[in-house]
Amino acid sequence: MDFQRTGIDPGDDGEGSANGLPRLVVIGNGMAGCRAVEEILARDPGRFRITIFGAEPHVNYNRIMLSPVLAGEKSFDEIVINDAAWYDDNGIELVTADPVVAIDRQARTVLSRTGRTVSYDCLLIATGSDPFIIPVPGKDLPGVISFRDMKDVDAMLAAADAGGDAVVIGGGLLGLEAAHGLTLRGMKVTVIHLMSTLMERQLDEAAGWLLKTELERRGQTILTGADTAEIVGDGKVEGVTLKDGRTIPASLVVMAVGIRPATALAREAGIAVGRGIQVDDHMVTSDPAILAVGECVEHDGQVYGLVAPLWDMCRALADGLVAQPSGYRGSVTSTKLKVSGIDVFSAGDFAGGDGAEDIVLRDASRGVYKRVVLREDRVVGAVLYGDTADGGWYFDLLKKSEDVSSIRDVLIFGQAFASGGGQADPKAAVAALSDNAEICGCNGVSKGKVVASIQAGACSLDAVRATCKASASCGSCTGLVETLLALTLGDEVEAGPKTICKCSTFTHDDVRREIVAQDLRTIPEVMQQLHWSTPDGCSSCRPALNYYLLCARPGDYVDDQQSRFVNERLHANIQKDGTYSVVPRMWGGLTNPCELRAIADVVEKYDAPMVKVTGGQRLDIFGIKKEDLPAVWADLNAAGMVSGHAYGKALRTVKTCVGSEWCRFGTQDSTGLGVKVEQMSWGSWMPHKFKIAVSGCPRNCAEATIKDFGIVCVDSGYELHVGGNGGIKVRATDLLCKVATEQQAMDYCAAFIQLYREEAWYLERTAPWIERVGVDYIRSRIAEDEIGREMLTSRFLFSQSFSQDDPWAARAAGAEREHHAHLGEFRPLILQAAE
Amino acid sequence: MIGNWIDVGAITEIPMRGARTIKTGSGEEIAIFRTNGEKVYALVNRCPHKHGPLSQGIVHGDAVACPLHNWRISLATGEALGEDVGCVPTIPVRVDAGRILISRMAMLATAAAA
Repeated sequence: MDFQRTGIDPGDDGEGSANGLPRLVVIGNGMAGCRAVEEILARDPGRFRITIFGAEPHVNYNRIMLSPVLAGEKSFDEIVINDAAWYDDNGIELVTADPVVAIDRQARTVLSRTGRTVSYDCLLIATGSDPFIIPVPGKDLPGVISFRDMKDVDAMLAAADAGGDAVVIGGGLLGLEAAHGLTLRGMKVTVIHLMSTLMERQLDEAAGWLLKTELERRGQTILTGADTAEIVGDGKVEGVTLKDGRTIPASLVVMAVGIRPATALAREAGIAVGRGIQVDDHMVTSDPAILAVGECVEHDGQVYGLVAPLWDMCRALADGLVAQPSGYRGSVTSTKLKVSGIDVFSAGDFAGGDGAEDIVLRDASRGVYKRVVLREDRVVGAVLYGDTADGGWYFDLLKKSEDVSSIRDVLIFGQAFASGGGQADPKAAVAALSDNAEICGCNGVSKGKVVASIQAGACSLDAVRATCKASASCGSCTGLVETLLALTLGDEVEAGPKTICKCSTFTHDDVRREIVAQDLRTIPEVMQQLHWSTPDGCSSCRPALNYYLLCARPGDYVDDQQSRFVNERLHANIQKDGTYSVVPRMWGGLTNPCELRAIADVVEKYDAPMVKVTGGQRLDIFGIKKEDLPAVWADLNAAGMVSGHAYGKALRTVKTCVGSEWCRFGTQDSTGLGVKVEQMSWGSWMPHKFKIAVSGCPRNCAEATIKDFGIVCVDSGYELHVGGNGGIKVRATDLLCKVATEQQAMDYCAAFIQLYREEAWYLERTAPWIERVGVDYIRSRIAEDEIGREMLTSRFLFSQSFSQDDPWAARAAGAEREHHAHLGEFRPLILQAAE
Repeated sequence: MIGNWIDVGAITEIPMRGARTIKTGSGEEIAIFRTNGEKVYALVNRCPHKHGPLSQGIVHGDAVACPLHNWRISLATGEALGEDVGCVPTIPVRVDAGRILISRMAMLATAAAA
């Protein structure tokens, strides 16, 4: 199909060209409208005078990120794509909360709801889509909403605040994301889905079942094959009645059964409309002065409800309007579910049928299901559940329609395996992606664009985010972007390896090696011998050197307090108002009346505004002034408590569950073992903070598999896990090995800690360290090298013989008073009187 | 007391590459820094960024790194270094015979600021 090309003449002297520029009016301030404007501006910023009408009272935000906002993982500010300054900077007039209600094609004007008339030379319709509301009785009751914009999210959040039951009608992508968010917000959620498989347009039956099972495990009720008969309620929604007679109570009903292109405006203006507004390859409608883009259009008989096609459409639109026409050729789409902790990917055709071959991999214990559909040796579809790392690769193969017969046997194991054995370099996988392979699904950024940004000078993740927006929304592609940075800047990275900081040309490993080899004993000596470029280092290298020397010379090196971060210097955690919080140690999470009384007394005596139970099974006393810290510690010491090192790059807590002493499932004395492990390891300084947990059975109530070192008790002994992290980037542990006795568990723990202390870089947690050196290396040093392990253990215990002095006790007794007391006090009147 | 300068203590009372504070009537504190090169500086103890107590930062060269978000502040000018923009007032200070002397006027101004 090809309507006439747009007839925009820059020299046109019409009413809309007051300052000599033709006027572009955009109806819709959403993702499509603004992206189209961005693409136009990128090609020719001076071509149009631009006015954008938006129905919502907001600047342009990322609609597909509403689910994380609902789930509480993002704030609205974080999903804004273009803030008010962008409109100003580009001279764009933005009209919010005032939708266009009519188009007069003869006069070339639009009319807004408040009566504003604006003339146009070129009009762009980007009205998106409307939620489809199933026509059942009660659909208009208060409390029945859709999930389409920020207003809906606000309504859901308000309902969730009141608590109670919610029903989500529709088990597709949007419905499940709504259900997930409402569950996280504390509502009891039932999903009603007409078909027998959740997300049946994206998932096959097997993956749908895995998804359903996981959602049920998370507390949602999933009713498949359920047909809504009526929404009931007197004045407001009270429940949903199904055709089989069941009624499910609900104070909130979210209708998420689908979307329809929003075409009413175009239809009333007499523009050709089928299922959507019909456009040609250049996104021009039947009126050559009017273009349309996004979910409201129908191109080549197709309408799209996903974000990816929109980027292609906007490119074609801008090319056609202000540059060399390129033309839109339709999109193949892929889908990812944005429910944290559930990885689902689907692309292409997976219905099977004539000539289709399936390759399936199931790994029940990991909850992984992968299915790739081939036709004539080409990938035509893929469904991945549980492990979606290769989604981008399959999607790329699908779009390129590449012959995969040579790698057919290993295709299902993923790109790393297929392109050269199980140990293949993951970088090679990214390097092999084609330039138009999509890296960032949220912002539609291809590999070629990311690489171009890096080549143009964006040499850090932040710079890439700022320039091409890849990884700037949900962040799930951050690893890919980092790999591209490494690949693109590879030579430079290799020519100049990452140094400890700007003061030195040495890497962390170099410095550690030279300290031992040259028997360096103090920070100034290290700086002298290793040619430091600054007189006394900086706040990055000084704490690192202090730690490296401390680790290399236990019992001998004198700690430099001025090279410690404030928390380690003051043995408490600084808070935003400059006061400190204090966490006494509670061995294995155990406490007693005497300790609790002492804590209660401290809270009252020093007027601490808050006491909080920490994630590490201890109590945190907030709002203590630095002058009062020694006195607080004296009181806590008097009750037998010592520093919890909650402030240190050091052993933090050993979290435990109750184990065999109390729990009917407990297999070993996890609490007792936790106390022993903590008594062995407390006080040791480390490259970064270090957390341990001991669980009494595989139910793992102490969450040992997201700790730096985790022990999971089983009937026959102790599973030892390493390298877990529950922080910014969640990483489950790797299984190190299994041992038979408590003593072995403790010895292996000591050896692991010492290996980490001796070899990791300062401020490197165990998770990235293990990613860097590989878990096989750790196993070779701890599990497979008995003599080496015993030496590590004994080095740790030797080091501990110097470090298990309670730092609080010394300070409470008056040591290093200068860290706590003011030098003086200045009261003008008194001082003047004294003179 | 020496005219317009107030003696606040001996230089040795401040750890090298460290700082001590003077409390003033307004609640605002003055941070007095002693560098590796035996220079002494005084700043209002409040980072221009989020008001972190600069006296608790790591002192390196003639700068201090704020303990809250690691902004680097010049001890000589009070200006944020690097990419950050902001400035904290400096207080005139000198050392005479091992005693630290602070400008009375600046001290009064700080004590009056609330």
